[in-house]
Amino acid sequence: MSRDTALVSAEWAEKNIDAPGVVFVEVDEDTSAYDTGHIAGAVKLDWRTDLQDPVRRDFVNQAQFEALLSERGIANDDTVILYGGNNNWFAAYAYWYFKLYGHRDVKLLDGGRKKWELDARPLVTDKVERPATQYVAQAPDTSIRAFRDEVVDAIGSKNLVDVRSPDEYAGRLLAPAHLPQEQAQRAGHVPTAISVPWSKAANEDGTFKSDDELRKIYADAGLDDSRETIAYCRIGERSSHTWFVLQELLGQRNVKNYDGSWTEYGSLVGVPVALGDEPGEA
Amino acid sequence: MTAPTAAGCAAPDQAAPLPASLDLEKETVITGLVKAESGEAVPGAYVRLLDSTGEFTAEVVTSPAGQFRFFAAPGNWTLRALSRHGNGDTAVAAARGINEVTVTVAA
Repeated sequence: MSRDTALVSAEWAEKNIDAPGVVFVEVDEDTSAYDTGHIAGAVKLDWRTDLQDPVRRDFVNQAQFEALLSERGIANDDTVILYGGNNNWFAAYAYWYFKLYGHRDVKLLDGGRKKWELDARPLVTDKVERPATQYVAQAPDTSIRAFRDEVVDAIGSKNLVDVRSPDEYAGRLLAPAHLPQEQAQRAGHVPTAISVPWSKAANEDGTFKSDDELRKIYADAGLDDSRETIAYCRIGERSSHTWFVLQELLGQRNVKNYDGSWTEYGSLVGVPVALGDEPGEA
Repeated sequence: MTAPTAAGCAAPDQAAPLPASLDLEKETVITGLVKAESGEAVPGAYVRLLDSTGEFTAEVVTSPAGQFRFFAAPGNWTLRALSRHGNGDTAVAAARGINEVTVTVAA
């Protein structure tokens, strides 16, 4: 994978809004933004109500993903362009699902909603109706998804990349600073995880930095290319952003997103936790 | 209705009242308005909370009345606002409780 296959610019997107076989999909945790204005023709996915299992802590399974995409009118051979707020966190999370379930052609809109709005590009409130499809998903590709035991086993042996803010990594904050801080789990990070906040990979308008800048950021942070990598954050969406950078933009192999992330790890009984700004010992 | 599986990370409504469960003895709330040079509130601005080293910590979008709000920790922070009308920065030394700040943007 590379920037050419995984990313489109706002200019490209605006020119291809009506292109046949191209479907724009806005993904957010709070979809009220979509309702106040969205890219013309874009359908919406709600991270919470569409992409999560309603009962268990897990995301939608293969059959649920098929039903969702069929209902939204997305076909297997469509080129899906994902974008959203929060610097594309949830769009990157959805991108990871599309890859996990084997969608052939999916891309992120560079800069997401923020770049689009700051550029003053058009947003509309028209209701979008697409005819239903018969979407067929592939079996989940778990080569891009890490589970908790694998994370514990990775301590000291694989690259662990903590993409939360430095204060969350060190244990001074338990959640991103736009959210209240009361949480059940312990603060800190997985021992030996390096701290590379997701935001290092993005410019302030939400677009991704250049490949050369990105390579330098992870190399300087101590990411070892010869090892497998697991990225995590608090709930797995900011780490999808970093997973996207490492595997889809920079073409690294064997990168997994740990979607359980700190809300799971920080609640496990008996696992090691490191506090402070240093990775800590295995 | 579906039950959220884990509290998400998206920015909540910036105009909503502070939750009643919020403990202001413990929380450090940084809140305020983004204004244009004319003094008018700027809705839809992207406000970034940067830590004392300039590292990004969080970002929210201002409400229709130009309001924003962060839950941080005591210390020195910078608020940086991006908007179609221009950008602006304001430094804040935050203490526990509510810290009110205005960020002015200009082209």
